[in-house]
Amino acid sequence: MPKLSVWFVRASFLYLLLGLTFGALLLAEKGIPFYTPVWNLFPLHIEFLLMGWLLQLAMGVAFWVIPRFSRGSSRGPVKLVWVSFALLNAGILIGVLQYWSPAVVLIGRVTEVVAGILFVIGSWQRIKPHGVL
Amino acid sequence: MPLLTRTFIKTGMTCLALALALGIALALGATNGLFPVYIHLLVFGWLTQLIFGMVFWMFPKFSVEKPRGNETLGWWTYALLNSGLLLRAIAEPMQANQPSTISGWLLALSAIIQFLAGLTFVINSWGRVKEK
Repeated sequence: MPKLSVWFVRASFLYLLLGLTFGALLLAEKGIPFYTPVWNLFPLHIEFLLMGWLLQLAMGVAFWVIPRFSRGSSRGPVKLVWVSFALLNAGILIGVLQYWSPAVVLIGRVTEVVAGILFVIGSWQRIKPHGVL
Repeated sequence: MPLLTRTFIKTGMTCLALALALGIALALGATNGLFPVYIHLLVFGWLTQLIFGMVFWMFPKFSVEKPRGNETLGWWTYALLNSGLLLRAIAEPMQANQPSTISGWLLALSAIIQFLAGLTFVINSWGRVKEK
């Protein structure tokens, strides 16, 4: 597994734990109300599990297993995908700031979109038939 | 494909079928706590369970002696995920229809069990996420 995939996958594991922690608090609050403001964690529960866990894991595993090039950089423009990794996580974490400034949600989303676009650009050429160099 | 992976994937497929059937019930107007059950059957019971099974199977070997890490812990993850999800699927509609102490505590228990499923998965898989 390449280093970048290790970072993607380990980050996704951390978001899984955080997202499940928030989800457990929300579900427990639904059963035995103990602290209503826990519901403020709902947007982060969704963001951490969809973007941080599922999407990020998929990106990390895709970078690892999709076909490689036999000439030049075997996994294409790796630096571009590193930037994608950084922006994805920045976008998710910017979303945390919504409690202080709701407007930052838009900035976080735009950052995530740029991360997605860079990942697609960095991986597009690797989606190729067997035997193509 | 190891037995644990097959069990994860087949149970995940069952959750997928149940979720899709529940989707029909929701479209027909059923409510009462079923929507969160529908979403979690799809995202946790299907997607996450499928991933857990595939990771156990395909990720880099932990060691020569224990290529897939601690298999017993993997079975614990399976048991916790599915018992937690089942408990939720029972208790959430109960709590939405007629809140009671029993359904409330069942939901809280389900929350803890599902969290532990994720925790045991991460503990068992972390060491397998490594550079070649």
